Amino acid sequence: MPSTSEPRSHAEAAVEVRGLAKRFGEVEAVAGIDFEVGEGEFFGFLGPNGAGKTTTINMLTGLARPDQGVIRIAGIDCSRNPKAAQHLMGVVPDESNLWPELDGFENLCFCGALYGMARRSREKRARELLETVGLADAARRRFGGYSKGMKRRLTIAAGIIHLPRILFLDEPTTGIDVASARHIRRVIADLNAGGTTIFLTTHYIEEAERLCGRIAFIVEGRLVRVDSLANLVRDVQDRRVVQLALGRDPAEMLGPLRQTFPGIEFEPVTGDALRAHTAHTLPLAPLIRFFEERGVDVTEANVIRPSLEEVFVCITGVALDRMRKEKEQSKRDGGVT
Amino acid sequence: MKTWIAVWNILKKDMRTYYLKPPNLSWGIIFPLAWTSMFFIKSGSGFGDIRAILPGVVALSILFGTTSMLAVTVTFEKKGRSFERLLLAPLPLEALMLAKTAGAIVMGVANAFVPMLMAAFFVDLSSVIWWQIAAAVALIAVSSTFLGLFIAVSVREVFEAQTFSNFFRFPMVFLCGLFFPIANLPVFLRPLSYALPLTYGADVLHGSVNGTAQRPVSLNLVLLAGFCVVLFLISLRNVRKKWIT
Repeated sequence: MPSTSEPRSHAEAAVEVRGLAKRFGEVEAVAGIDFEVGEGEFFGFLGPNGAGKTTTINMLTGLARPDQGVIRIAGIDCSRNPKAAQHLMGVVPDESNLWPELDGFENLCFCGALYGMARRSREKRARELLETVGLADAARRRFGGYSKGMKRRLTIAAGIIHLPRILFLDEPTTGIDVASARHIRRVIADLNAGGTTIFLTTHYIEEAERLCGRIAFIVEGRLVRVDSLANLVRDVQDRRVVQLALGRDPAEMLGPLRQTFPGIEFEPVTGDALRAHTAHTLPLAPLIRFFEERGVDVTEANVIRPSLEEVFVCITGVALDRMRKEKEQSKRDGGVT
Repeated sequence: MKTWIAVWNILKKDMRTYYLKPPNLSWGIIFPLAWTSMFFIKSGSGFGDIRAILPGVVALSILFGTTSMLAVTVTFEKKGRSFERLLLAPLPLEALMLAKTAGAIVMGVANAFVPMLMAAFFVDLSSVIWWQIAAAVALIAVSSTFLGLFIAVSVREVFEAQTFSNFFRFPMVFLCGLFFPIANLPVFLRPLSYALPLTYGADVLHGSVNGTAQRPVSLNLVLLAGFCVVLFLISLRNVRKKWIT
């Protein structure tokens, strides 16, 4: 049973999941998970690639049928009838999937019509949202001609055109430019401040740390921990993390390093850098000597403030950098994870 | 939830973005012209033969117009994942699939009247039973569109939709009695003819244009309507099974 922390609101859970399970042939994608998301909460759903995040979102939103378990959205049992609560949900999938031949304004109006919005109200809302996501000037340009960041922003606007009570966001900022990602984070934070419940999956841990109140970790289809951000980070506050900048790729030295320093976890990060984590005192001098003996210069050593990233690495055992690269490569290849 | 708003807007969008595009419109005119010319060249006869080949050209215009267009547009939206947005909308699946097929049905009916209109310039069509033509055209358009839906659910790629459509269409053309009487077919092929919806549509068209129907009109129309219902239900079941996994 994973450790849990109660959702922010007890009045009525926006999302309630009990014993949710899904198999694809021999693969157990989601293995009987339980969690609750409170009304108005910003809930993060994190895990390595292929852990079952997208499958869970698909089951919650009605794109996939659970093999077992109960799903309640705002108290409505959607286990057998996934359509029952779709009017309350907004969904931003991991791909920007609007209609390329329609322009930005038409796409939003069409999405509003899918939720039964009358013409005047959907046009008014579309204009407001185009302003909100910074696409007012591109409103009459075809979606197919938008940049990746613009497509993502319009996809988010399409997900909230009908003012949903719960917004599901699957990797909303993956593979887009920094400015667009910042803009999207601001829009999402504002939505949550306005009372919308947010269910977010992301592999940008710093994004989850900045936005989420509570986080669930899923690994190989199982929920291993659900807790508030404060509790999660408290657990790793005593850990020491040092990032070393080396003159070369540390991959080949990982084996000898782990043998020499059994109490320390090593994780290669972007470039020729290496992170060392430990719950005890970090023996910096022997570590530097280890590299010097192998002719490797340690050009920089930075003490890193323990963050959610350490929690993620501890809980999932997955190096974030590798996961991020895999995800971005998968997006470039047009794959779905 | 006002379902009609969603259904109407899906139909409107599909008409605008797919069916009323110039290549489709020109296809609707060129296709009947090409078939008519082909049969004239083959038979070597004059305008008098137009009535004989009219039911065939009408039926083919509907069949080819509806099946390929629907299969291609749905497969295209599935591939680009925009179809997911439709599945996420709080719209009954039946209403969604009817909305997606409505555009192809409308185009099928419109395509059917192109050869009728062309024929009216050359031969006297005053003896044609129009209500039977209208009923047959509507039901052939619906059944062919649902066949296109069945194809769309079965394939992943746009090119597969095209080739798989032909797998059904060409045998149908030659087995349904439009151009060769079913009685002239080898005995082992005849049961297959009676399993095709177009056979019954073709019979109504022959009857209404030339007075040569093999079965009562009401029986043909009931059977054709039955095919429409069955094809729609099979497609719905397949959509639930394959697209909501």
